[in-house]
Amino acid sequence: MHIIENGNVAAALGVKLCRANVIAAYPITPQTPLTERLSEYVESGKMKAEYIPVESEHSALAVCIAASSAGARSFTATSANGLLYMHEQVQWAAGARLPIVMCVVNRAVGAPWNVWNDQQDSISQRDTGWIQMYCSDHQQIIDSVIKAYWIAERVSIPIMVCYDGYILSHTYMPFDVPEQEQVDAFLPPFRPDYALNTEEPANLNTVTLPDVRMDVRGELAHGYMEIRYLLHEEMRKTLTVALEAEKSFADIFGRSGDPYLEPYLCDDAEYVAVGLGSITYQLRVSVDALRKEGIKVGVMGVRFYRPFPDAAIASSLKGRKGLIVFEKALSYGYEGALVSDLKSALYEHLAGTGDLPMVQNFIAGIGGRDIRTEDLTQTLRAAIKSRIAKDPLWIGLKL
Amino acid sequence: MNKEFIEIRWHGRGGQGAITAAKIVAGAAFVTGYPGVVMAPSFGTERRGAPVMTSLKISRKKIYDLSPIETPDIIVVLDHLLLAEADVTRGLKPGGIIVLNTPKTFESCKFKDFRFATADITSISVEAGLPHGTVNTGIIGSLERAINLLGMDILIKGIEEEFRTRKPEKNSLAAKIAFERTVTGG
Amino acid sequence: MGTRNYRRKTSHSDNGPGDGGKTGSWRVERPVLDQSLCIPCKRNKEACFICWLFCPDIVISRTIPPTINLEYCKGCGICAEECPTKAITMVDEAAFSEEDKE
Repeated sequence: MHIIENGNVAAALGVKLCRANVIAAYPITPQTPLTERLSEYVESGKMKAEYIPVESEHSALAVCIAASSAGARSFTATSANGLLYMHEQVQWAAGARLPIVMCVVNRAVGAPWNVWNDQQDSISQRDTGWIQMYCSDHQQIIDSVIKAYWIAERVSIPIMVCYDGYILSHTYMPFDVPEQEQVDAFLPPFRPDYALNTEEPANLNTVTLPDVRMDVRGELAHGYMEIRYLLHEEMRKTLTVALEAEKSFADIFGRSGDPYLEPYLCDDAEYVAVGLGSITYQLRVSVDALRKEGIKVGVMGVRFYRPFPDAAIASSLKGRKGLIVFEKALSYGYEGALVSDLKSALYEHLAGTGDLPMVQNFIAGIGGRDIRTEDLTQTLRAAIKSRIAKDPLWIGLKL
Repeated sequence: MNKEFIEIRWHGRGGQGAITAAKIVAGAAFVTGYPGVVMAPSFGTERRGAPVMTSLKISRKKIYDLSPIETPDIIVVLDHLLLAEADVTRGLKPGGIIVLNTPKTFESCKFKDFRFATADITSISVEAGLPHGTVNTGIIGSLERAINLLGMDILIKGIEEEFRTRKPEKNSLAAKIAFERTVTGG
Repeated sequence: MGTRNYRRKTSHSDNGPGDGGKTGSWRVERPVLDQSLCIPCKRNKEACFICWLFCPDIVISRTIPPTINLEYCKGCGICAEECPTKAITMVDEAAFSEEDKE
């Protein structure tokens, strides 16, 4: 059923349809309406869940960690400084291998204080061991929440579903809300291999030594390094699981695509713009304009950022003349995060083959600075004409 | 006005319900052959009474560009005092339409280069039985009178659905009266 | 196989003596139980067992009377603190002979 609502409501509906049991969240702009909507669903009985108001984001994720360890399908959401506040728990949830789903409504981080959209918050959590999915419209938001629980519970790794604050969270557009029966058919109840219980108590994540050691059963228990290695290896395997999820989703909901990449007019493109989230949709307008001028350009949205789909990216982008990577975040002191990962994937798969495209990096929209479509078009046109610079260039700076 | 792609910018005050009005129009557009609708309020910190802006884009195709409207086809102004405060006509296309809630007469409104549609929505709403200052449903009638695009039937349905627990018939009546009494021209 | 597979990839250990290592000579005081005050003993049924619940080293068993595995008991005194009838008292290790310390 199609409705016209904002991105936060799309996310809330996804969580409701997934029958999450425990929701613990702390409000922060621009996520607040999402948590408020969930609390209304629980209050009215539309959702059978425990809504646990907490006093901070750190506690929110701590509650989800405990609940998930006890077998509850858990959810939280946050933005910017809220995500940073829970960072310690973010690392914990991944190491503890808990299938928590968290919506990150992308917002700039302080200092200085700023409530508007950029992606520094989730990008800064890139290395934590959480799977990261980025959405470009509301259909992707609601669908990604549903897919996230499927994938997370299959691989026991938490997932961040990220979408642009305000631009998606507060903007209204039409999207289809699946039926409860469809979601129930796609997503079975959460049945973890182990859930805390008094009959079978356990020590979870106590001091784990550098080396392997004998446990109480007389068996060799993994050391810290083995546990961390398995997180990484199973994250890499998630690339395959994502394909299964997409297929299963398509069978039930009738819509699907590439789980990793969303290309537009890329088949014959000599130049491809690359990005994460709603900016890639805005770039379609620029691409259309440049195509009218005879320039063979396309745009590729990256949907799965971690695990990084390096092979798919390298094979989609090899042989192009140039890649222009637009980002709303960066690794301070060097360059954009996505462009670094992209260049690494291209180098890994294409070095020595002669198929390495030139790459340029643009930083835009930091702190919610409006990104004018005309500026994107002009930037793209100029970058295609000749490589402007090795270092990232910031669009719309007013020094 | 290009009926394939229309950009409408709404100017109101925080708490006046510009977002709700835009949402109703968006819903009506969606069911009458415009699969692309995007409505975005002004982003940021809020308070009642502050000037706010909502943008509504309507298209025959899915809309991928969510950036702010730069050259609207139509401006809807819920409170005529905003004309002095905020630069409401910024970017309005030549020949664009201003839909204005004003107690002043049509003739006294001066807008070079633009067409306009005026009505005293504040009084009309009271006449329809709504509390003083509830103008966001009446203004929908004025908008439709000005652009004649979606049809009052579908808009009435949308208003009564949105306000089903809050005086639905009075709200749709305000829109109907405003539709009849809006003066257009320029 | 399910639980064991999960345990491969997480830090998950069973409760039990040995998980924290043997006490050795750490302990300064040891818990001593007065059965005349102990609720499960008095009622001769499985009841209370708050000492079992609170022991951070899981060295108390829910037997009648509760048994404390002194090989792993660290002498923290939480069982004595929590016992609702004060049936457990902490007694200096020096009061016990070398043979008792086995």
